[in-house]
This record gives sequence, structure tokens and C-alpha cells, in this order.
Amino acid sequence: MKIDDKLIEYLENLSRLTLTEEEKEQAKTDLTGIIEYMAKLGELDTEGLPALSHPFAVVNRFREDEVTQSYERARILANAPVKSEEYFSAPKTVE
Amino acid sequence: MEIRDMTALEMGWLIKERKLGCAEAATAILDAISSTDGELNAYISVQRDKAMASALKAQARLDAGEALSPLAGVPVSIKDNICTKDVPTTCGSKMLEDFKPPYDATVVEKLAAAGAVPVGKLNMDEFAMGGSTETSYFGAAKNPWDTRRVPGGSSGGAAAAVAAGAAVYAIASDTGGSIRQPCSFCGVSGIKPTYGSVSRYGLVAYASSLDQIGPIGKDIRDCAAALQILSGSDGRDSTSVMERPFDFSGSFTGDVKDMAIGLPVNYLSDGIEPDVRRAVTRAAKTFESLGARVEEFTMPMMEYAVPAYYIIACAEAGSNLSRYDGIKYGYRSGNAGSLSDVYLGSRSEGFGIEVKRRIMLGSFVLSAGYYDAYYHKALQVRGLIRDAFNQAFQKYDMILSPVAPTAAYKLGENITDPLKMYLGDIYTVSVNLAGLPAVAIPCGFGQSAMPVGMQLIGREFSEPVLVRAADAFQQSTDWHKRRCGK
Amino acid sequence: MTFETVIGLEVHAELATKSKIFCGCSTRFGGVPNTHVCPVCTGMPGSLPVFNRTVADFAIRAGLSLNCGVSRYTKFDRKNYFYPDLPKAYQVSQLYLPICRDGWLDIEAGGTTKRIGIHEIHMEEDAGKLIHDPWEDCSLIDYNRCGVPLIEIVSEADFRSADEVIAYLEKLREILLYLGVCDCKMQEGSMRADINLSVRPAGSPELGTRTEMKNMNSFKAIHRAVIYEAGRQAELIEAGGKVVQETRRWDDNKDASFAMRTKENAQDYRYFPEPDLLPLEIDDEWLARIKETMPELAEDKRRRYVGEMGITEYDAAMLTTAKPLSDLFEQVSAICKNPKETANLIIGELMRLLNDTGTLPEDLNINSAKLADLILLVQDGTINRNVGKTVLEELFQNGTDPRQYIEEHGLAMIRDGGFIEAAVDEALAANGKSVEDYRSGKEKAFGFLVGQIMKALKGKGDPQIVNRILREKLSE
Repeated sequence: MKIDDKLIEYLENLSRLTLTEEEKEQAKTDLTGIIEYMAKLGELDTEGLPALSHPFAVVNRFREDEVTQSYERARILANAPVKSEEYFSAPKTVE
Repeated sequence: MEIRDMTALEMGWLIKERKLGCAEAATAILDAISSTDGELNAYISVQRDKAMASALKAQARLDAGEALSPLAGVPVSIKDNICTKDVPTTCGSKMLEDFKPPYDATVVEKLAAAGAVPVGKLNMDEFAMGGSTETSYFGAAKNPWDTRRVPGGSSGGAAAAVAAGAAVYAIASDTGGSIRQPCSFCGVSGIKPTYGSVSRYGLVAYASSLDQIGPIGKDIRDCAAALQILSGSDGRDSTSVMERPFDFSGSFTGDVKDMAIGLPVNYLSDGIEPDVRRAVTRAAKTFESLGARVEEFTMPMMEYAVPAYYIIACAEAGSNLSRYDGIKYGYRSGNAGSLSDVYLGSRSEGFGIEVKRRIMLGSFVLSAGYYDAYYHKALQVRGLIRDAFNQAFQKYDMILSPVAPTAAYKLGENITDPLKMYLGDIYTVSVNLAGLPAVAIPCGFGQSAMPVGMQLIGREFSEPVLVRAADAFQQSTDWHKRRCGK
Repeated sequence: MTFETVIGLEVHAELATKSKIFCGCSTRFGGVPNTHVCPVCTGMPGSLPVFNRTVADFAIRAGLSLNCGVSRYTKFDRKNYFYPDLPKAYQVSQLYLPICRDGWLDIEAGGTTKRIGIHEIHMEEDAGKLIHDPWEDCSLIDYNRCGVPLIEIVSEADFRSADEVIAYLEKLREILLYLGVCDCKMQEGSMRADINLSVRPAGSPELGTRTEMKNMNSFKAIHRAVIYEAGRQAELIEAGGKVVQETRRWDDNKDASFAMRTKENAQDYRYFPEPDLLPLEIDDEWLARIKETMPELAEDKRRRYVGEMGITEYDAAMLTTAKPLSDLFEQVSAICKNPKETANLIIGELMRLLNDTGTLPEDLNINSAKLADLILLVQDGTINRNVGKTVLEELFQNGTDPRQYIEEHGLAMIRDGGFIEAAVDEALAANGKSVEDYRSGKEKAFGFLVGQIMKALKGKGDPQIVNRILREKLSE
């Protein structure tokens, strides 16, 4: 499995991360080893086996359709780095 | 006895008997923190005023005759990835350095109801990703037994503080060994509970299907008392499925004669330090001498647990950490002009390298073209691992195993070799994959006089049995009573 | 070259639950920004989703009405992408095991019935809203809508014309409205449609490259968008060009679609099963409960009104143009036991009042018992029709009790023969010309005289008695 610049850039993009040149080089080395190691699972025959998203098979945990008290707006906005009194704020999105 | 040497239950009893005041206890621990933390860096933040206020409240409730938990009035310390209302919850990261949640985690609410007195937030690997607490933005925590060594991770601050008497007991989290391994490295006890027995609401997510909150304490009884408070289903966490809290009333009889303990020989062969092997083997003998039946067996799937774990953990973590974008909370890059800049800048500057690595690995294993061979495969392997445990539990009540292949290593020794770090998780991750409980307790000392721990892994919801075994061990050994002299 | 247009639709319908899909915040439209929010729907660290079971109930209702198979085992998946209106940077949706599949809906278009296949229905959460702030030139984010439950109804690519698309949407809208699962207000965004459209030379078995169009705010806009895009693609191909697979934004003002400038049009969403939510197992009991409590569809109501209640097809269609009207019709006719009169009143006078006052059927607030009473009062002759109209208006505007009003204003019909005779005599005496006209054969004069008499009786005369006495007097 070749971890090349193209793949690193693709992963950076998917993850919304920018690595420095140094970090990129290091990432190529590290990820190569790790991904190779992960590929060890290919040794196992798992044909037809269920894929477990949870460690146990429980179903049907839900709540009733009832309105509960929402949080005070100021509390929800309190940690926002950039905001107005009413809204969160982000640089404009390009359509 | 010095207050900081007391176990939580001893302290709780003295408080109940009015031989010790809550304020006095809190002050003693806060002083212990002051005198040790400059060196240990076990805490990220301490809330002195809030602690004293909680202590007063607990005292008032006790004085009013309210029947509270055996840990009422006892100071508790909380790993910094568990939300505490209006108190910084940083997850050891620059990304959340100034984040103050508007709510308490369910476990924090339960502790408050039980009369606990939170004193501070504990240091940890950034976003719980690490095995040494060296990835913390706030600097590494140190092992109090030898401050040139790591305390383990990701709950290194918790284990170090408990070992040094700078915390009476702690609430931490375990995703791939993050409670058990630091306990082993620092000579303290801890429990990683069955998945679904403790609410994750308010635990900042690392890997959703693997994370569990659990206690760290000076002995297993303290841990059990804490776990009793924490456990039980919560309507705010769909995966918390255990209706009632644990009942440990039958767990301190010292009786193990009905127990069959499996000892996986393949865990004790290569790659493990001789001291660790010796300590674990000796622990097995101790159980035998106490009347348990100990039998060697081979635990299959061992070499596949770590890759399966990292695939699943990184996939879930990458997704869980996507919300950190500099817009709703957390760090926002100062260099940001466009939306893209805000995302890239905030995330690249706010996260450390290990977190970035795991996020990218997560993107990789989930991306089109690789999903089947990596992520989907890992989910299937998870089933095989669970089956392997189920098989073993047909013959045994629990499995005795090492926690880590080594005792605590030196700071800086492994941090540049991520794969080596990951391999250190070899004994712990399979437990999280299968959602099973495990207790970790000290069982000896190894190289350079550093503590060594062992774990007992059980069937789901068998914590009362595991605690009984661990307590019987602690009743007839004194590893857990050794102090590091900080 | 003649082209065939191939269209598939993805309709998003906001479900009319009281609370959001994963938390208890209100779903009410139009709240003050960021006041229907909590840590869960704003994606705060440590928050976790808990599924609102009514969302599944509503999704299954829709699925059953659209002839889908209901998945007995269904689960959620995460769709990962970055956008400011998505606080967790993933949308909880369903990719691998949607709740309903393989359904169909028959539509009437171009004089024939056509079956449109429904590929699947899945549940997902809505995102927040972005508002452009022109002063700061930034995007302001309101998370009120974040977490409102949606069902996405994905059709097969079975449409061949804009008319078919609209016929489907209208029928779908009626079904969802009558099921009570969505209020289908396109202008409020509770119903949205994305159009997947491609063209191919007529007769060709292969599909052309398709585009996806968004941002149509009405059925009319959708109709225009389909026609425009089909034309644009055909022209492009005829000129030797290639259709680019992309997402396009419909601009109704410009009557054209424009490619959206997103960096990657083919996104890797890295779908994986949502670990924070457990799967749903829908057993026979659950399904039975939903089937038992299924509201009646408009089509079935119309059939029932015509077949069992003696209502004309036209009237049945009128009554089912809006659910509040059909509800009112059913409630009122059940009380007064006179469906025909009830229908007449609703379709005639009541609809006129609605139009005149610009009131929407869903805002109609009229007491069924009182309305039924009014009908009975006319039926049993207590008041005449004209008075009935007045009382209705009073009831509509002010909710006034009909009996009370009639009594207070003395509107009961006058039936006293002597009293009426006196009025008739007076009218005859005062209108000699009209009497002559009538006697010389002008029937219209009769009506005029009736009018005069009624005026004298303040409109309360019993028309039958007035007519009888007048005729008698005139034939003397």
C-alpha cells in the first residue's frame, strides 16, 4: 500500500487538515507502517460474517415525542469564537 | 493517618462519623495538589472555590441527616474529557482550551447527587488518543514513582494523582486501555466497565462504540463504590442499556473458591517484559492458593485486536472530531479569511500531531475504495473477537492477563514511534472491542522498581464477580498498599 | 434529434412531530433564532442523540401509503461532510438499511395512469439555516432547524415530463398532508424536491449524464426548472457538447439553472453505521399499531363521500382540497346527519368567507358543533337561508353561538300567517304597478313583490308562507 503525496492530500482534504511539509513526510512514513499493519486483517476469512457496529445486539432505544425545555440562547452561544447576539458566525459560504 | 493516604471509603466513613469534616478533607487534597502538581502535572485545572462550596453543601446535607453514598463528602477528581458545567473541559487539547460546557455529564450529576466534592480536572492525552499522556497540549504528566517516566495514558493524570495522594479517587475513561494501563503503570486500581453500563452523555467522544467511563482508586473497593454511583442507564445515552446500578454487596467476602480463571499463555510469551510475566504468573498462583481454579489456555485472535481496534477507533474518532471547526466553540485560527481557512487553520493549529494522524487514518479506512477492506472488515473481526471471548467464558468466569507488555517507560521513549505505541495496547483493546468489563489492579514491581498491574476480564455485567476476585487478591496481598512517597 | 427526458425525484419532507429527531427541542417553524436548541442539536462535545420514535411511526405511515415494504430491521448511518449548517459535520441519515423500500405511486398525467416507482424512504435530520449578513459579509447560522426530522422519498427515474413530476408531487403532497406527517409548505421549506434530470436520444436505452437541481420553492418553479434543464441539456448535446454531472441551483427570477461552485461535486461522504444510535427492529405489533391508527387518505375519503354519503364527485373533490375542510365536513355532518347540506355550506358560503378574508383552511377556527347546529336550525325552519348566511358569518368571525345570536337579534323566521298577510296586503297596496305587471303575465314582478314583503318582514319571513299567501292574494 503506497502512501504517496496524492493520498496524503486527499486525506488532508477529507479531514480538513493542512500538514506542514515536515508533517507530511512524517505522515507518509507513519501511515505506511500503520496501514500495512491494519491490512493484517486480510489474513482472516470473514466471508458472510456480520459487521458489528456495537459490541452487543440491543435494539429499540428511543424516546417519546415530547418537547422539552431548550437551552438559553446565550448559554449555547457562549463558547462561540465569533458570534452576534442571535447567531453563530462563519465566513460566507460560496454558492 | 495522613488524609491524603486514606482510601475514599476510609475518608467517607470518617466523614460520616463526624471525625473528619468535608471542608477539611477538601482542603487536604487541594494542598496535596499544590505540593505535588508542579512536578507531576497531573491536573489541568483545579477549582478550589467550587470545591469548598461543594464541601460545604455535602456537609450540610450530612448534618441534616440525609442518607448519602459512602463516598459523600469525599473529594473526587475528574478526567478533563468529562463535561463539567461552566468549568473548563479541555480534553488536553488547544482546541478546547477555553471551552466551558453549559452542562454536566450524567456521571458528574450522579456524583453531585451522591455528595461527592469535585476538586479538579485531570491531565490526559489529547482527546484521549495516546498511551502516555505525552500528547497533552498542557504538557506531559509524570509518573509519581519516577518522574522521568510516563504515568501511562490516556488517563495518566488520573492514575498519577491517585498514586501520589493528590486525588482520593478519580473518574476517567477507557477506550482501548486508557484506565487500565495508567493504573498498571502507577500501581493503582481501576475498572473499565461493561459497555453500556455507564452513561457516556457528557463524555467528549473519542470512539463511540468503545468509550466507557470508569473509576480509578487506591483499591478495588474504592473503585466499586464509585462505579456504583456512576452506573445505571440514562435516557440521554441510547447505548446505556444496563437498567440498574451495579450491586457490589456480595463482592467483599474474599471468596474465590467457585471461580475458574483462564490464563492465556499466548499473552505471556513473546513481546512481554520478564518482570511483567513473572508478576502476572505469580498473581495466578496467588489466586490458586486462595482456592480458585486457574487453567492455562490459548486466547485466539490476539494479533488481530490491535489493527481492528485502531481501524474502528480512528474511523469513529475522525468523525467525532469533525465538529471542531472553530465556529461553534473551541479554537478559531487567527489567520482565517475564508470558510476554508477557518476549517483548515483552526483544525491544523488546534489539534496535535497524534490527533491529526488518527483523524486522517479514520478518513482513510472509511473512504470509498478502502471501506470494505478496512472498516467493514474490522467490524467483522470484532465479531470474531467477541466470539473468542464467549468461547473462553464457557469454561472460565474470568481471564487473568497482563495489562501492558512493559512497566512505565521513560518520557520521550516511544512518542516518535506511533506503531510501537499502538502495539502496547495489545492486551487491553480486545476488551473494548468486545464491550466487556475488566478490572486492573497492581500485582508487583518490575524493572527499575516500577509498578506492574494485571487485569481480570469478565463476561458482560459481571463486575460484581470481578470485583470479588480482585478484592480477594487485595485482601491477601499488599501491592495496592505500597505508596510512592510523594 | 428528438430527446427523451428522464427524471428522478428526491423529495424531502419535514415531519410534523412536536420535537426534533434526536432531542426534545421544538420543531416549530419560525422561532427566534437559536432558541430551539440544546447541546445535542448544536453538536456540542459530549452530546448524544436519542431517537424520537414518532419519526419512525410517521415514516412507516408514509411508506405504507406509498406501497412500500417496511424494513423490519433498520438503522442509521453517518454522512460526513463539512458545512457550517451541519454542527456535527455529519448528518445522521440512512444509507445501508432504509426504513421503507420498493414502493410505487400511480399518477394521472396526459390522460393516462402511470406508475412511478419509489426506490426508498429513509429518515434523516435536517440541517440549520445560513443567512447572509451583507454588512459583515459573512454567514450567520441559526440552528433552530437543525435536527428537525426529515423523510427523504427517492423515486425511480420513471418520470418523462414536467407534468408527470407535478402530478406526482401534488399527489404526494395530498397523501402526506392527509397522513398528518408533514404540513407540506414548500414556501416554508417543509417540503423540498431535488430533481435529477438527464436527456437521451428518443429510443436510446442508455441513460445520459444527469444533473441535480435544487432550490425550487414551488411546484410552478419545479415545472419551469424541468423544462428549462431538459432544454439546456438537449441544446448542449446537439451543439456537440457534453453534459457535466453537477449540482445546479435553480434561479426562479432568471428562469434558469446555474452550476453551483462547490469544490468537489463528487463528495466522499465516508458513510458508516452510526454507533451512538441502536438499530430499530419493527415487529408485527408495531406495524399493526400503525396500520390501525392510519389516517384516511384523501382518495379514500372522496370514495366514501360519494359512495356512502351521497355527495357528488365534484363536491367531494372540493371538500378534500384541504384536510381541515374534510375534517370539518366529517365532524359537522356526523352531528347534524345531513352531509349534503353540510357540503353545500362548506363549499359555498364558508369557502367564500375564507377567500374574502384571505384565510387559509389550516387557520380556520370554527366550532363543528355550532356549525352543525346552524345547519339544523335552517333545516328545521327556525331561520331561513338568508339569515343563515348572516349567522354563519357571525360564527366565522366571532365564534358566536348561533342560537344565542338568533335569539338576541330576533332572527327567527316569521311564520305567523296573520302577520305575513298584513305585510302582503301592505306590499300589494303600495305596488299597484307590479300587481298589474304580474296579472299581465310578468313573472318577475312576483319576485319583486316577494322582495318587498321580505324587506317589510326584515328578511325573516318564511319564504314558503310568503309565497303561498302572495299567490293566493294575487289570484283573487
